[in-house]
Amino acid sequence: MSGEPLLRVTDLVVEFSTEQGVVRAVDRVSFEVRPNETLGIVGESGCGKTVTGLAIMGLIPSPPGRIAAGSITFQGRELAGLPESEMRAIRGRDIAMVFQEPMTALNPVFTVGNQMIDVLRRYRGLTRRQARPAAIELLAKVGIPAADQRIDEYPHQLSGGMRQRVVIAMALSCDPKLIVADEPTTALDVTTQAQVLEQIVKLQQEFQMAMILVTHDLGVVAETCHRAIVMYCGRIAEKAEIEPLFAHPRHPYTVGLLGSIPRVGEGEKQDLAVIPGIVPDLLHLPPGCRFADRCSSRQARCDEALPELDGGEDSRSRVACYFPY
Amino acid sequence: MTALLQVNELKKYFPVRGGLLRRVVAQVKAVDGVSFTLGAGRTLGLVGESGCGKSTLGRTILQLQKPSGGQIILEGEDLTAASPERLLEMRREMQIIFQDPFASLSPRRTVAQTIREPLDVHRIGRPAERGRRVEELLQVVGMRPGVMDRYPHEFSGGQRQRIGIARALALNPKLIVADEPVSALDVSVRAQVLNLIARLQREHGIAFLFISHDLSVVEHVSDHVGVMYLGRLVEMAPAKEIYRDPRHPYTQALLSAVPVPDPQRKSQRMVLTGDVPSPMNPPPGCPFHKRCPKVMDLCSQVMPPVIDVGSADKPHRVACHLYS
Repeated sequence: MSGEPLLRVTDLVVEFSTEQGVVRAVDRVSFEVRPNETLGIVGESGCGKTVTGLAIMGLIPSPPGRIAAGSITFQGRELAGLPESEMRAIRGRDIAMVFQEPMTALNPVFTVGNQMIDVLRRYRGLTRRQARPAAIELLAKVGIPAADQRIDEYPHQLSGGMRQRVVIAMALSCDPKLIVADEPTTALDVTTQAQVLEQIVKLQQEFQMAMILVTHDLGVVAETCHRAIVMYCGRIAEKAEIEPLFAHPRHPYTVGLLGSIPRVGEGEKQDLAVIPGIVPDLLHLPPGCRFADRCSSRQARCDEALPELDGGEDSRSRVACYFPY
Repeated sequence: MTALLQVNELKKYFPVRGGLLRRVVAQVKAVDGVSFTLGAGRTLGLVGESGCGKSTLGRTILQLQKPSGGQIILEGEDLTAASPERLLEMRREMQIIFQDPFASLSPRRTVAQTIREPLDVHRIGRPAERGRRVEELLQVVGMRPGVMDRYPHEFSGGQRQRIGIARALALNPKLIVADEPVSALDVSVRAQVLNLIARLQREHGIAFLFISHDLSVVEHVSDHVGVMYLGRLVEMAPAKEIYRDPRHPYTQALLSAVPVPDPQRKSQRMVLTGDVPSPMNPPPGCPFHKRCPKVMDLCSQVMPPVIDVGSADKPHRVACHLYS
């Protein structure tokens, strides 16, 4: 997994104006995505993972939100601050997005086929007649049985798993180089989640795409990603390849997260490790490490200044902590 | 084990109306012949995917919905035959914790009013005593009594769920139905609430019916686990047994589908094909046969009986033709 990164995010800052003040949802976040790679972004609600994904897509609702600083380069081209008209040419064609809730991502009053044919005509310049078989082929690729019949159904006639497959088929329809998938399986049952994840991994290899998988589920990350970043309160706490991340988590937050997951087949009932306390309010952040209040390794230095990621670009595991494990 | 709760052949059907005269055209068999017993102070975990009937089962047991058939026996008394007055009295013994801590608390009531309500309804103690009891309950769930006059919107999801738990504890119930109590919470907060539930069970001897779609959470809190599919219990066994040696192909698939946070152990998946069939029109024979990797001819014709494949001290009930 080497070569020029496909996407490079540098010191990204996203802010939202609220009545109480400016909330910095993403605070100087940097990472890169290489071709054919799956990068996981994990964290709990409000950590900025979804906002990071939306920023890449140029979908930050503005106002109240804005990209306040930093750059997002895709194949060497700067996306931050690109006018909407130019962003539209990239969004969908080069970078596609899969959302969490497939029912809201699909239009309930049009058939699946209608919506897919629209996309194919708009982005691939096909005629209506050419687009229909192309749409059927895509539906079959994402594992929808009897695709030639399903194409004429409305979203409400499909199950949750089938809807999410349709959304994935639409995202794939322009052969994107990068897919941003925001909690693509969170709304699905476990057995359906297993089917959809398996399909996503297979398609990623087939279509030679890179993927950013935004999720709260460390299990999903372990099974699908090559590298991952763990976010906390808008900052990257840890950025590592999958093997070291799970074998030797270094940030106390990552360690806490992994310890608080009950695992199937673990046997003896005992209390789960707990991260005490709650996430701080983004409006009133401490000057030092944002995790310090909940951290067992806390020392005086932690309250003085924000820790930055250690190591260089090439290290397999980087952590933003003064006293890592 | 003395049974606190005994459920016999419980059924809950919902009529589907259609046509010009809104006649009943079909039945959704949300719960279809479920039987189990739950001992005092024990936890039964109920797992299954959306639409399998697990929440309906919980609500029907609490008589929030009238069952279509079967019996619910709490401490030797059949709830389905009880008079409304008697039922109200018996409700003291059974409470519920809901999934969504944002929807289950009234935004216009303070914490104290919310937790006090069951005491007011059942006229327990004098008003001053009720206030003290609220303070005590808040301490039990790990909150400061100083929050009594605050409103739900001032709290995080985990704290709200604690308030919901305090309300359920107010009447010292013997049984609590917890319907996905931690599904809406983040992982780190979820662990706090799960530990709280485990502690309550140990210290107060409350029996829990713990409903969840999350197999790892259920294993963590349960003594016994029942797996539901299309309104039926397809397998039920002590928690350890069911995870160590799942017998029903559906349970096996369900367990193998859980993503494991360990890249070394990328699971050998048993990926099911297809979707759960509609409970309005379940296939004949075994409800799982259309998706089952071990399907036999018999499965599409005859409903498999429930048989015990365990030992005397570890009953392991499974409804599958592979074992009959």
